Amino acid sequence: MANTTEYRICPDSGLQFHKPAETLMKANAVAAVVFLLIGGILALLVTLTRWPAVHLLPADSFYQALTAHGLDMLIFWIIFFEIAVLYFCSSTLLRCRLATPRWAWLGFALMLIGAVTTNVAILRGRSSVMMTSYVPMPAEPVFYLGLILFAVGALIGCFVFFGTLVVARAERTYEGSIPLVTFGALTAAIIAIFTIASGAIILIPTFLWSIGYISYIDPLMYRTIWWAFGHSSQQINVAAHVAVWYAIAAIVFGAKPMSEKVSRGAFLLYILFLQLASAHHILVDPGISSEWKIFNTSYAMYLAVLASMVHGLTVPGSIEVAQRLKGYNKGLFEWIRKAPWGNPIFSGMFLSLIIFGVLGGISGVVMGTEQINIIIHNTIYVPGHFHATVATGTTLAFMALTYFLIPILFRRDMILKGLAKWQPYIFGLGMSGVALFLMGAGTLGVPRRHWDIGLTGNVLGYEFPGSAYLLLGLAAISGILAVIGGGAYILITVGSLLVGKKLPGREYNDKPTALKMPIATAIEGHGGIGVGGFAAPGTLIFAFIFLALFVVYYAINWKYLSSVWPLS
Amino acid sequence: MSAILPPSRAIWWKQPLDRVEGTWIIIALLWCLIMFFMMPYWHVYGKQNTPSEAYRITPAAFQAKAQEVVDKYTVRTEGEGQYPVVKPPAGSDIYLIGRLWQWWPIYELEKNQTYRLHISSMDWQHGFSLQPDNINLQINPGYDMVVTVKPDKSGTYAIICNEYCGIGHHTMVGRIYIK
Repeated sequence: MANTTEYRICPDSGLQFHKPAETLMKANAVAAVVFLLIGGILALLVTLTRWPAVHLLPADSFYQALTAHGLDMLIFWIIFFEIAVLYFCSSTLLRCRLATPRWAWLGFALMLIGAVTTNVAILRGRSSVMMTSYVPMPAEPVFYLGLILFAVGALIGCFVFFGTLVVARAERTYEGSIPLVTFGALTAAIIAIFTIASGAIILIPTFLWSIGYISYIDPLMYRTIWWAFGHSSQQINVAAHVAVWYAIAAIVFGAKPMSEKVSRGAFLLYILFLQLASAHHILVDPGISSEWKIFNTSYAMYLAVLASMVHGLTVPGSIEVAQRLKGYNKGLFEWIRKAPWGNPIFSGMFLSLIIFGVLGGISGVVMGTEQINIIIHNTIYVPGHFHATVATGTTLAFMALTYFLIPILFRRDMILKGLAKWQPYIFGLGMSGVALFLMGAGTLGVPRRHWDIGLTGNVLGYEFPGSAYLLLGLAAISGILAVIGGGAYILITVGSLLVGKKLPGREYNDKPTALKMPIATAIEGHGGIGVGGFAAPGTLIFAFIFLALFVVYYAINWKYLSSVWPLS
Repeated sequence: MSAILPPSRAIWWKQPLDRVEGTWIIIALLWCLIMFFMMPYWHVYGKQNTPSEAYRITPAAFQAKAQEVVDKYTVRTEGEGQYPVVKPPAGSDIYLIGRLWQWWPIYELEKNQTYRLHISSMDWQHGFSLQPDNINLQINPGYDMVVTVKPDKSGTYAIICNEYCGIGHHTMVGRIYIK
């Protein structure tokens, strides 16, 4: 209950922060950025090693750096940030107190201890097993232990989020249904529960195996359950960053969902079907029936893909409607030309959406097609794909949200605004290059997680085509650009927190306040806008262009598959 | 109301669909169905499908089977004597071993003939990546994966390991000749 001076209204946004929630958001966001920094330094080392002309690290350090890079980025950076997002979407958006802050701190502590433990295990050099740690290749027991602690901490964070939803409902801090963005966060949290449970089911026995209590873990069982954790953790990201897209559309434009029903329905499809995608990783494993593969790899008839295609339309669609209502109603594309491209909150979010959809989405569906996986599995195409989805889609969306949170949550004026304007473009361009060129090299058969594609010293040997080397070089140059973009983000964020001008409005009151209109004024209805009876015709045209690319690329891959040796 | 506020209509699910959304949902759903049915279609009419035949086997038993084929059909050795080159009869069962860090033995197969290629790992997980054709399969220890394969181009093919398998991973290369 609100018994002390615990609430602050942000004078710029009208958002209300509960003090314990605010401190927890800050702590989680800062921890996230620290792991992004570590992961980013490792990214540079990995990039410079996979650039054949540079080949920086020796083999053992390369595999070690790659293991840490994967975990620091895909798990630690992202999930710390997501916990902050969960607290924001519950306590802040619902204007209520955070449930059980002490438990939330315990969760944070466990996550931190776990993340540090796993990093130390990797640093000791006997746990270079990659993020996936496939049995029976062993890591040190503390490697698994760290992951388990981290997962338990994240689980506590999810339950604090659920508890906060209950508190808000019980204390009637809002009327009607929860906001769409909170619904998206709820989707992410539900997926997180499934993810963490899968992680526990497989990592706890693996930990017991590593200390000798269990004699054998079936590798195929491990792969099946591990991916229910590994892939689903990336589906938390999808749900979370789509929620962030909607949030930023609302914050910057006052955009409202085109229809609540469609957007919420799409999130519901995520809850029901997204996790089936774990099957993507075992399409060319032994002994799995084609019926199982087809059903699962397609999320039951691609219903989760449908959901993403819907979000990909409704987010820009809602922006288009908002812009048209503001008067940018000329022709098909005035709304997008007149969008605030110099505002990193918007540009980061919009680049995230485009790159996630076009590069990440299309490649993901293509490589997850049962038979096409034969020409893609474990090639460097795979990291190409997820550098479009997670490294650009999720990361860029979170970066954009950070630019909003620096003044609102931390009450600091952002420093280096000129650099911030460019940061999403530098990072987005760099990471798109990484994604595209790695996918290209993967199409030529270049393996992932591989120190030397020259295969020097092997008596049998193999020469990859010169174009593969060219593509890896281009990927590395793009990677350096992405690291510069990521470095700029860290510089701006950390710099603003340390030396940014303190903004007024830091006082706390003793009561939660009722709803006030935040940020950009929300719009109502879409009468009298658009072209030809369509409220958002420009977005629909973008969607058709996307679909055309999708169809063409899908067909090309079947053609390519038909050229390899017949097999079954 | 905006997406960060509760919906303005309490009964939001009765708000009609926007025309843009309705159009897109129908088209996207159709595309999803096409992609879905493409997979069973390819099982019937396509020639490249993922293998689903597999058996549990111990590494020792698999090695014994491989050794039997090697003993019977070896025609020469290569790679400083480490690799027997095995030329089995068309249509037969052949065994490829993945282990730290080699693919063993080398097979010499006939073009346009079908073979039942068994692949398994003796230790950790490995990735069978046939280059330059780019066929990629996941090889688990304890499982005998049976791939019915019909090489349709002649030449020298390499098998790269594309599942990380420790410090010698990047030195794990095998070979198949198609004559």
